Amino acid sequence: MFIITCPFCGEREQSEFKAGGEAHIVRPKQPTELSDDEWAEYLFMRKNIKGIQFERWNHTHGCRKWFNMVRDTSNDEIKAIYKMGEKPPIE
Amino acid sequence: MTKKLRVKTGKAIDETYRISFKFNGKTYYGFKGDTLSSALLANDVHLVGRSFKYHRPRGIMTAGSEEPNAIVQLHDNSSRSEPNVRATEVEIYEGLDASSQNCWPSVKFDVGGINNFLSPLLPAGFYYKTFMWPASFWEKYEYFIRKSAGLGKSPTEPDPDVYEHKYIHCDVLVIGSGISGIMAAKTAAKNEFKTLLVDEKPNLGGSTIYQNSDYFKINNQNSNSWLEKEINEIKKLKNLEIKTRTSVAAYHGYNFLLARENLTDHLPVEQRKDKTRHKLLKIRAKKVITATGSIERPMVFDNNDRPGILLSSAIKRYADFFGVACGEKNVLFTNNDSAYETAISLIQKGINIEAIIDNREEVDSKLVYEVEKNNIKIFKGYTVTDTFGYKRINRISIKQLSKDGQKVVGPRINLSCDCLGVSGGWTPAVHLFTQSGGKLKFKDEDQVFIPNTYPSDQLSIGSCNGDFTLDEILKNTPKSLKEFLDIKNTEYESLEIISSTNKSKRNIWLLPSDKVIGKTKSFVDYQNDATAKDIKLALREGFRSIEHVKRYTTTGMGTDQGKLGNMHALGIISETAGVKMGELGTTTFRPPYTPLTFGTIVGRNVGEYFDIFRKTPIHSWHEVNKAEFENVGQWKRAWYYPKENENMHQAVQRESKAARESAGILDASTLGKIDIQGTDASEFLNRVYTNAWSKLAIGKCRYGLMLNEDGMVYDDGVTTRLDENHYIMTTTTGGAANVMSKLEDYLQTEWPELDVYLTSVTDHFATVSVCGPNSKKIVSEVIPDLDFSDESFPHMSFKNAKIGKINCRVMRISFTGEHSYEINIQANYGKSVWEKCMDAGKDYNITPYGTETMHLLRAEKGFIIVGQDTDATMTPIDLQMDWIVSKKKYDFIGKRSLYRSDTIREDRKQLVGLLTDDPNEILEEGAQIVADVNKSPIEMLGHITSSYYSPNLKKSIALGVVKGGKNMMGQKLIIPMEKKNINVTVADPVFLDKENKRLNA
Ligand SMILES: [Zn+2]
Repeated sequence: MFIITCPFCGEREQSEFKAGGEAHIVRPKQPTELSDDEWAEYLFMRKNIKGIQFERWNHTHGCRKWFNMVRDTSNDEIKAIYKMGEKPPIE
Repeated sequence: MTKKLRVKTGKAIDETYRISFKFNGKTYYGFKGDTLSSALLANDVHLVGRSFKYHRPRGIMTAGSEEPNAIVQLHDNSSRSEPNVRATEVEIYEGLDASSQNCWPSVKFDVGGINNFLSPLLPAGFYYKTFMWPASFWEKYEYFIRKSAGLGKSPTEPDPDVYEHKYIHCDVLVIGSGISGIMAAKTAAKNEFKTLLVDEKPNLGGSTIYQNSDYFKINNQNSNSWLEKEINEIKKLKNLEIKTRTSVAAYHGYNFLLARENLTDHLPVEQRKDKTRHKLLKIRAKKVITATGSIERPMVFDNNDRPGILLSSAIKRYADFFGVACGEKNVLFTNNDSAYETAISLIQKGINIEAIIDNREEVDSKLVYEVEKNNIKIFKGYTVTDTFGYKRINRISIKQLSKDGQKVVGPRINLSCDCLGVSGGWTPAVHLFTQSGGKLKFKDEDQVFIPNTYPSDQLSIGSCNGDFTLDEILKNTPKSLKEFLDIKNTEYESLEIISSTNKSKRNIWLLPSDKVIGKTKSFVDYQNDATAKDIKLALREGFRSIEHVKRYTTTGMGTDQGKLGNMHALGIISETAGVKMGELGTTTFRPPYTPLTFGTIVGRNVGEYFDIFRKTPIHSWHEVNKAEFENVGQWKRAWYYPKENENMHQAVQRESKAARESAGILDASTLGKIDIQGTDASEFLNRVYTNAWSKLAIGKCRYGLMLNEDGMVYDDGVTTRLDENHYIMTTTTGGAANVMSKLEDYLQTEWPELDVYLTSVTDHFATVSVCGPNSKKIVSEVIPDLDFSDESFPHMSFKNAKIGKINCRVMRISFTGEHSYEINIQANYGKSVWEKCMDAGKDYNITPYGTETMHLLRAEKGFIIVGQDTDATMTPIDLQMDWIVSKKKYDFIGKRSLYRSDTIREDRKQLVGLLTDDPNEILEEGAQIVADVNKSPIEMLGHITSSYYSPNLKKSIALGVVKGGKNMMGQKLIIPMEKKNINVTVADPVFLDKENKRLNA
């Protein structure tokens, strides 16, 4: 079980958090202009990487804030945590 | 004739304290400190069970948690009945009642034993190959397999014991209290680390604590005395907590470990009262030191599983610790020096050794010379080829090994014996290390896997790290500790060590025999009855991956997870397939290291504490008035209020009629309520609901439908505009938390520019809903100052009001289609307002109704329930609710998905009403809907989602989803049931008051 450093609350147990899927998928500003394929790309397509993955987390049983995490899925090492809207600190 | 098997007082037992216990119904005696296995061995009982597949007689094989055979049931037929307990770990107490598990009808006569003679027909994968076909026979096979496999019996009564969970945070956790664990704990604690030391055994000291011999000395003391002093010292350290009888079950990432502390299992039953039985420790350690030691390997030869065959180290432990001789005519069989340590210990105690068979041809070792001095016959370069004796070993055959170790040569020699100790070397216990994500490397010289890379801040020391001799441990442990703890010095820098250092070993994974392999029974996994032959067969049949071979042969898949045999399985695969051990990899060890009881896992979360349940402020009134309750999410909701002998149907019919004829009252406090404020609140609602919100006047209410981005209905409810920038949203009872987090998600991540604030206020308000033609009269009496005239207070509007001095919000909204009002008031006044309404409604037969009647009333009106009539595949169009989807709005959550090629299909399942030809026939919810029962296979068109008998319409009504149902109005369909087909007609889902006249009645 991870120890996650919430950018607002600090170190907490993983049980206080909920994972929210892949990060940096922006909702299209004009969905109606998109073809079925383009909309499906946004709606359904998600990466499932063995290695460095960018993901969203929510401090559900804490401050309820969303934030981003960079995690190596092969060994669960958390490489970085940063706020929503910020650029990832690593590529 | 009774044998004398107690040799002299062992370290662990108290001979002045005699204990009686039962095994398989017979009474035996042991001493305080005995384990069930040591006490049985002292009584000359070796046969304790039957093997899983062949039902071969099996005996105690080890003295620890790695035991594969001696699996027993404790206290059968009582509330404390417990299956799958290892006899080697049970400390005896007065009243202990144990029985063999894997045998039917008895351990001495076993029906399944016939499998042993049929064994040529039971190769690897036999169960997969045979019991698969025909599939319809499986149920018959299963009965016999289960009955004769005897996996223990689960208790049938509630567990009388109490269990707890506890969090522990420490700087350093040391697992294992052998000599290296003790050194680590002392060093850590003395260097200001808050340290926790745990060991699965009742006492500290591991195997060194009974290593009382001149060949193992530290600073001129025998190693056991030296260690005893160390243990006495650490007990005084205030920075160190010690927990014995505590086994680590799981080692997860980020140094999070689960351990089971056993507090009462060793006590007589009457002393366990009011005590916690097990504690599940949830340990978060900054640093972890694993000192879990190693497990002796058996050897793989023909018939290596008979009762009376034990690990050589177990024989030594039984003698040193419990003062028990495992036999009177002992033979040891080894490929390394360990068996000679056992021999020396047995000689010291006067236990007879007939001979030692050693695979090695030449050995230059002090221990071997010492044994030879005692005139014990040693057969060097020999191997055991076969053993004899059905329920107890009585004879072995040995032969000389060829130079390459692949064959046996020369004449067969027979030796009689009643106990055979085997030693195939040692396997580091790396289970916890690999659970944590650690990677292993293969050390060729010792033929062992040892830790290579650590995934967290941890260290392995002692023999679990491949340091097998006392000398290696004492030299390497301080070095590793200094680096790991970042300290300058330890107390162990200049120890004088005398240690046997001969590490020579002749490793042969599968020992040769004078029979062909097909005729041998050389067991690799004792618990699952997997033999060397099975592994070879799996390889012949094309399996290569160790994970596949494991599953096909079931090697390592028992409750012991192959602690004894996994290395041999790997070795045999490696030799047969010609792949190097290091390249083969190992199978994955999974938690728990040793099994946990369910009680330990659930802790205090039993009975009413199993899950949280939420009660409304009016709950106690419902209880007093004998409501039946229904679970809705975590809520307990009043379901219906039976009067006298009414059943549910009768109560619901009465409640439903009363609500439409005069007045009904419902506790709606569980509906989710979200307070929405901010200058962009209207824009926010525009984006999350399918309909438009900007033009909703202050003081008005509107029904809204919320979709997922995929266009499917997610939630619904009425939202009221309290002020220019202030709304209160209601959600479904079950969806409240999810809606809240979904809205937060969009606000924080997609639309951070919006000025909107959300607050969950579900628990802050009680909601009393009064409906029916007389509802206005009733609420007017409760709130006399408020103007309830239709002109001033029309349907779908809201007013602030006061009841006495207390503010409340009154909404005129309806989920039943009746004229109705919802009073929202600070939660603690909810019950009082409810009672006021009951009082005011007395003359109008005001009738409390529950969720079932609510569901019936809304079904009469064709109102959906999200989650009952929808299932995450229904769009608003499928629900025939096109009217609520705004055509004008540029965007809202899910809009784009409503015209994907799949969502515009005409033949999607659509919500329709269904009327049975026989008005008294009530359909079953979930039943299939078809058009043609003669076509095979019958095409399924959909299913019933809601079904009731409507007392107001005096007929059965149902809602269902049907493929293309929208265009099937008036069409006949069939509900095929087990005994008959029910004819129905597709109808408008609104069954009652299509003109909505009742809202203003
Ligand atoms: Zn937080």
